Amino acid sequence: MAESSPVVEIRNLSFSRGSRKIFDGVDIDIYRGKVTAIMGPSGTGKTTLLRLIGGQLRPDTGTIKVDGQNVPKLNYHDLYALRKRMGMLFQNGALLTDMDVFDNIAFPLREHTQLNDRLIRSLVLMKLEAVGLRGARDLMPSELSGGMSRRVALARAVVMDPMIMMYDEPFTGQDPISMGVLVRLIRTLNDALGLTSIIVSHDIKETAAIADHIYLLSGGKVVAQGSTEELNQSNSEWAQQFMKGLPDGPVPFHYPAQDFSDDLLNLDGRPRGAR
Amino acid sequence: MLEYLQGLGHKSLNIFQRLGRGHILLANIVLGLHSLLPRLRLVIKQIFFVGVLSLVIILVSGLFVGMVLGLQMYNTLVDFGAEESLGVVVALSLVRELGPVVSALLFAGRAGSALTAEIGLMKATEQLSAMEMMAVDPIRRVLAPRFLAGTISMPLLAAIFSAVGVLGGYFVGVGLLGVDEGAYWSQMQANVDLYDDIYNGVIKSVVFGIVVTWIAVFEGYDAIPTSEGVSRATTRTVVHSSLAVLGLDFVLTALMFGE
Repeated sequence: MAESSPVVEIRNLSFSRGSRKIFDGVDIDIYRGKVTAIMGPSGTGKTTLLRLIGGQLRPDTGTIKVDGQNVPKLNYHDLYALRKRMGMLFQNGALLTDMDVFDNIAFPLREHTQLNDRLIRSLVLMKLEAVGLRGARDLMPSELSGGMSRRVALARAVVMDPMIMMYDEPFTGQDPISMGVLVRLIRTLNDALGLTSIIVSHDIKETAAIADHIYLLSGGKVVAQGSTEELNQSNSEWAQQFMKGLPDGPVPFHYPAQDFSDDLLNLDGRPRGAR
Repeated sequence: MLEYLQGLGHKSLNIFQRLGRGHILLANIVLGLHSLLPRLRLVIKQIFFVGVLSLVIILVSGLFVGMVLGLQMYNTLVDFGAEESLGVVVALSLVRELGPVVSALLFAGRAGSALTAEIGLMKATEQLSAMEMMAVDPIRRVLAPRFLAGTISMPLLAAIFSAVGVLGGYFVGVGLLGVDEGAYWSQMQANVDLYDDIYNGVIKSVVFGIVVTWIAVFEGYDAIPTSEGVSRATTRTVVHSSLAVLGLDFVLTALMFGE
């Protein structure tokens, strides 16, 4: 387990939805034990990248090697075996709504292991304690606040002690307190459990605080990468616009449209909304 | 004109794509059924949801359909002095046609729509996706038990529907209209054939059960993961499965009782 070998190695990745190119020749390395952030403006396919790594989507071209296995080429059996070693935190938690908190966290253990109930109980309570929700074990997902369900989902994602943890926009829509809790949890869990974490996010401040390495994506390409300091000091326009949150720059403020004055004068004579 | 043709082509391609996806899903479900053996509890839970919870509507509808049949048939039969045959007529109509068909229609409305909405919402809230990432195949864990439960429940519900209907006919015919009780039962016993009538009815209800549940789980699984998408999928489940039941009923009847 050399520190220098990437756990996730993405080479020349291209992926498109319909005629829209989401990725166009992306190379990304994610190193063992590190927290790597994938950042970029909304709509740059950050979540899609996680789905590609998890094998839920297949790329048009390129390789995605996770622990040496090329995910898009795996068969059903090997893919599911690999997924047992991956954890993913979904944006809204994605808890199973017909089970309470305890059963949600026990779900992967019951599905994949033959452990007895006592052992499962201990494991679940340990993870719940780690996210501070041991007292909430009997609540149903509908009774949890947004921040709580994300913490429960986090406990569920790490209950199988995965090799890689993927976080999909973990900070979106959180109040400052639960945001702080999550930021701390992600870093502590990564270091305490020896995970490798991938965070997909556009919350610069929080993500930059815990990330070891940041990839900046835009327009289907990696436009900048490096540690937080490197990006802050980078003279790349992309990095500057994104890290400082400038409204206009390489990422234009305007969605592509026809010329504004032509549009106002409606020169081509079509009524609004006509195709 | 060209645009219209284009749209038409696009629509037909869509239909074929959906048909294809539906059949692939069915194949995956059937291939995954063996994984349910060690987890029969999942199937039993679903039988409760789709079967047991549909009992009330099946019982009430069966009773009323039987009662109406008793009333209508009596009025016709009495003109020919054949009111003793009421039992046979009621039983045959129920066992051969109304039992399987009406209970399948009710089943589509009561259980099929619920299945679609549940699976569609699980998809919309990323629960299915989360399962995949936990290395649990949602087709085996979520769809297969529901499919099997629907397939098992439907023939049982149809049988209960017919049985209650026969009782309904009895209450009206014998209880209200004064048909001879012995004649009602004995004519039924003598003229309803186990193979020709009952087995064929059971085959119909099994086929309807498979088709309705298949449509329901497919629509849920294939739904566009938004509120609108799920609502459309639920509507489609009821419409498509009702049409499929009625269409298949004609085909099956022609095959079974054609000669």
